[in-house]
Amino acid sequence: MFKQYKKLWLGLIVLIILSPLGLIATGTAFGEWSTEELMKEVGFIPQGLERLADFWSHAPMPDYAVPGMEGSFISSAGGYIISALVGIALVVAVIALFSKIVKE
Amino acid sequence: MHIPDGYLSPQTAITMMAVMVPVWGVAVKKVREKLKKKDVPLLAIGAAFSFTIMMFNLPIPGGSSAHAVGAVLLAILLGPWAAAIGVSVALIIQALIFGDGGILAVGANCFNMAFVMPFIGYGVYKLVRGSSDPMSGRAIFASILAGYVGLNMAAFFTAVEFGSQYQLFKAADGTPLYFMYSLKTAIAAMMSEHMILAGPVEGIVTGLGMWFVGRNYPELLGSAKMPSMLDDLSLEGK
Repeated sequence: MFKQYKKLWLGLIVLIILSPLGLIATGTAFGEWSTEELMKEVGFIPQGLERLADFWSHAPMPDYAVPGMEGSFISSAGGYIISALVGIALVVAVIALFSKIVKE
Repeated sequence: MHIPDGYLSPQTAITMMAVMVPVWGVAVKKVREKLKKKDVPLLAIGAAFSFTIMMFNLPIPGGSSAHAVGAVLLAILLGPWAAAIGVSVALIIQALIFGDGGILAVGANCFNMAFVMPFIGYGVYKLVRGSSDPMSGRAIFASILAGYVGLNMAAFFTAVEFGSQYQLFKAADGTPLYFMYSLKTAIAAMMSEHMILAGPVEGIVTGLGMWFVGRNYPELLGSAKMPSMLDDLSLEGK
């Protein structure tokens, strides 16, 4: 998996290190507001939305944060990098597993 | 562009999931037939790249944010079907582990970013590049334009899915049940953010990615006459 395309893996590592730049944008994307933000912005929470919003509440690292590392920019940057590493490890594992299953 | 749970009615969310099931089915079949074992690391890197690039939130004036997706770069390098698999895997992990995008909404999110985007981007790239050399100015321009158009089409479909909820689903007292703005508002907001900021960034990311891959691994781009992997996974197949 890691023997080939060393320069592409290296490029990916550079992206991981730079990923905390994504934390500079603190605004919530259009249509991704939390129920608290909706209350503030729109003044009400649509009934159906309220019912479904917490359909999945088991995400262990919500918002790419490591629990306990949400304080300063430096520590949330660390959490963000750890999240990227965890996410990438899972993505690579799933693709490897998927390829093994479909190719054999 | 990751639709959270609650913004789409269950009817819409399930419909989008039902649309994606056959897409994933064909994608798996195509990848099984055409993707060589040595290409697997490339698909893993591509999916990981897409995962990471989506973490680069871009600030939008007025307190919003948006991001690139990377799906068009994957489509050009690996074909749109493999891109559909790679980006879907990234999106599903983002939803499950990081709460980015809903679980009910994962079909819609995959439709927008892992189906519409790579296929439209791939089509634009092929059309504009024509038979020019893959490292030529024209081909790089084609990849930039393909990234721009691909992301904007994904944003457009997202906006339509949002806005249609407002038109279709109202509570007994007339308030919206799910997404709370009109189709017009959703399209205006999504398209202005993506046409002005996230789209150009997606274009640059796609062009830079092509240039970086082509410089270091020219064999991955093939030549003008032998597009190598480019067509291996295309719609037509062989």
